[in-house]
Amino acid sequence: MSIVKTKVGRRSFLKTSAAAGGGLMISFSWLAACAPGQTKEEVMAMPKEWFELNGFIKIGENGVVTIMSPNPEIGQNVKTSMPMIVAEELDVDWDMVVVEQAPLNTEIFTRQLAGGSQSIRQGWNSLRSAGAAGRAVLRQAAANEWGVPVEEVITKAGKLMHSSGKEAGFGTFASAAALLEAPEELELKERSEFSIIGTSRRNVDGKKIATGHPLFGLDYTKEGMLTAMIIHPPAFGMKLKSFDADLAKSMSGIVDVISIDTYQEGMEKQWSDINAFPQLVAVVGQSTWQVMQAKKSVNVTWEETESYRKIEDSTSKHKEMLVQRSQQKAEVERVDGDPEAAFKRAAKVVERTYSAPFLAHNTMEPMNFFADVTDDKAELVGPIQTPEYLELTLKKRLGMPLDKINIQMTRMGGGFGRRLYGHFAVEAAVISQRVKAPVKLVYTREDDMTQGTYRPAYHATYRAALDENNNLIGFHVNAGGIPSSPLFANRFPAGAVENYKAESWTIESNISSGAWRAPRSNFIAGAEQSFLDEVAEEAGKDPIEFRLELFDRAINNPVGEKNDYDAERYAGVLKLVREKSNWGKEGQSSNRGVSAYYCHNSYVAQVLDLEMENGKPRIKNVSAAVDCGIVVNPIAANNMMEGGIVDGIGHALYSAISFKDGAPENANFDKYRLIRHNEAPENIDVHFVDNGIDPTGLGEPPFPPIVGALANALYKATGKRHYHQPFMEQSFSLG
Amino acid sequence: MAVFNLTVNGEQKSVDVDPSTPLLWVLRDHLNLVGTKFGCGIAQCGACTVHVNGMASRSCQLPISALGANEVTTIEGLSNNADHPVQKAWLEVDVPQCGYCQAGQIMNAVSLLKSNPNPTDEQIDAAMSGNICRCGTYTRIKQAIKTAANQNV
Repeated sequence: MSIVKTKVGRRSFLKTSAAAGGGLMISFSWLAACAPGQTKEEVMAMPKEWFELNGFIKIGENGVVTIMSPNPEIGQNVKTSMPMIVAEELDVDWDMVVVEQAPLNTEIFTRQLAGGSQSIRQGWNSLRSAGAAGRAVLRQAAANEWGVPVEEVITKAGKLMHSSGKEAGFGTFASAAALLEAPEELELKERSEFSIIGTSRRNVDGKKIATGHPLFGLDYTKEGMLTAMIIHPPAFGMKLKSFDADLAKSMSGIVDVISIDTYQEGMEKQWSDINAFPQLVAVVGQSTWQVMQAKKSVNVTWEETESYRKIEDSTSKHKEMLVQRSQQKAEVERVDGDPEAAFKRAAKVVERTYSAPFLAHNTMEPMNFFADVTDDKAELVGPIQTPEYLELTLKKRLGMPLDKINIQMTRMGGGFGRRLYGHFAVEAAVISQRVKAPVKLVYTREDDMTQGTYRPAYHATYRAALDENNNLIGFHVNAGGIPSSPLFANRFPAGAVENYKAESWTIESNISSGAWRAPRSNFIAGAEQSFLDEVAEEAGKDPIEFRLELFDRAINNPVGEKNDYDAERYAGVLKLVREKSNWGKEGQSSNRGVSAYYCHNSYVAQVLDLEMENGKPRIKNVSAAVDCGIVVNPIAANNMMEGGIVDGIGHALYSAISFKDGAPENANFDKYRLIRHNEAPENIDVHFVDNGIDPTGLGEPPFPPIVGALANALYKATGKRHYHQPFMEQSFSLG
Repeated sequence: MAVFNLTVNGEQKSVDVDPSTPLLWVLRDHLNLVGTKFGCGIAQCGACTVHVNGMASRSCQLPISALGANEVTTIEGLSNNADHPVQKAWLEVDVPQCGYCQAGQIMNAVSLLKSNPNPTDEQIDAAMSGNICRCGTYTRIKQAIKTAANQNV
């Protein structure tokens, strides 16, 4: 057991129960919405009353526990893993736990955001404290009733016990506990005492997903709700001039066709308000199909803005622009030693250039949001990774105080960064306000894929200097992109090379871009790890040995002070994957590539094996080693690793958004290739480093390195290096 | 607008819609069966997969006027209590990440196992390659199909 001071302070922690005067009866009419006999909630005997111990925990008189999951669920499994952490410290039987998605509530919860693989890492302490605070008041309530010192009351799996033989379930003392305040010092479990954290618990929404239960934003409905769709400019740099909707308005089921300004002119925007097309035409009607048909009948006239007339910003010249810009002056972000001298005295210099195109997020659930905005309140329901930021934008846009704005989060059909940028929710709110009705805004796939917010287009040139003994004496990276650079100047191999230089540049564009699963890393990792593979080959060294030599330098005698990684943990995953993949042992495939990367606080190394079958590569196996500290939920952590690997392979091979005269040429899955079932690796084995360090996230870290492992294995199999993504033509498929 | 009578999950339903309305939107907007998902609208992603007379069909490309007397089964009608062997396998393997595509994946997998109760890896690949999962759960989907193989689906 360890003692922690509660950072949040007991008053704020218990705000909700205090406001309700302690023991709080919560309505559970939400159960009525569940399909018969299908969910855990209904299998359990539900309590007559709920007692709220704090913002995270409600306990029924029969011992059933509701744990609120504070963060948005985008498929990263936080709706299961975050409540597991609370349940662990509460010391309750997981089978007695019901999980509920918390609404946005900045008074109780901190950082209700899905992004940067940070939910578990940044939630770890507050989730543990929430559970421990609940356990503390239950013990105190039992101690008061039994007339024994609180120190003598122990808990186990939802029971309170005393050496005198007294024993009761949590439910017995829930009402008394709800009136107590948690102590300022909380007891947290030692890792050896964990019985939930570190064990595999299946997705709490699993049954609802497998039975088609309404869970997603697109599934939400409300009495009197209308459906809205948008029409946005066909090309970046264009804007609305006028529209004629007479025909559309005469069509069956159509209520109105209006133009909207998502953000008023001059409105101060936040980072999450990125949006290339703030002025739209909105078609509102009774049903989705009617609105889809009417959309086609609206005659819209667009006009070119000044940025469109700078046509090179928005055309297919991007590749040439990237090459040209890379040869001009760049911003120097880091220099160690004397790189120029090192390259002059080098016995060998290796120089290679890598690039990658714009990408769309393509969450399987297209953008959508429900809004019901009246004169005195705004109710919004839907998939959003940044509800806290959305609320602030709505406050400005609707001119409404925060306490009149209510945001409910639905399960999201994918996020990948796309739903950090909530303009679609603002659009829904503005449309609802204008038509004075509850509205669900739905994007078609085409609206979604051609709207922007893309992963930027990237370019990187690497140079390595080897001396006559094949030691890496100089390293130079020059990286840029449209509109942002992928460079991380202080990441490996910074710190491992005596003479090092990192430079960065950008090209402005009217194409909007945003965070896309593992921003920047999703490109630069593959480029760097492909390059190191080639440098190791030039040096005549085994690619893992070559990297480990560099890590030795970074561990024993690091260059510079601002190195943004732990070289021992980095080397640790490489050593683990070397062992688990039987790297270098006889009988292994010769078509294998290795890669390792550190991003979003987790370390991942991967070995990918290919075989050529009928002239096409087939991915036989991926072995992965990961150091994300304590693994909260192994079955889900494995799932994230497997998925990140498949997703990374697919995007490196196939995906791209291209442009003609500012218009995206890929609007749906017939023109935008995602990896398919038959192309996934035949097997993926994942190995976790067991080190007891506080946990870090897995939503992003598995993705970036696999691009390098794939490129390096393809080279072994075909003799061809892949420098430019996508590696394959759209028509190509794996064996 | 026209009235169409259809059989969905064993129940008789009647809807008054434009004849061009795809089955997907009839299910979602008019029959409140939202388990069937909208993904692309052009039969490229498989999220909208339902069974028509027991065979997997992309409901986004099937106008209600073309349905005729054929019987429709959606994810909601697959079992009463998530106890269809394929649903059970999905839960055991813990397939979903975001979960959005999984109803379509399950419906497609059931259709495969009905015609081929013990498919090879290659047969699974061929049958499932029309269903996209951006989260990349393909290896688990295959594992779940193998778990459900040789059971009476």
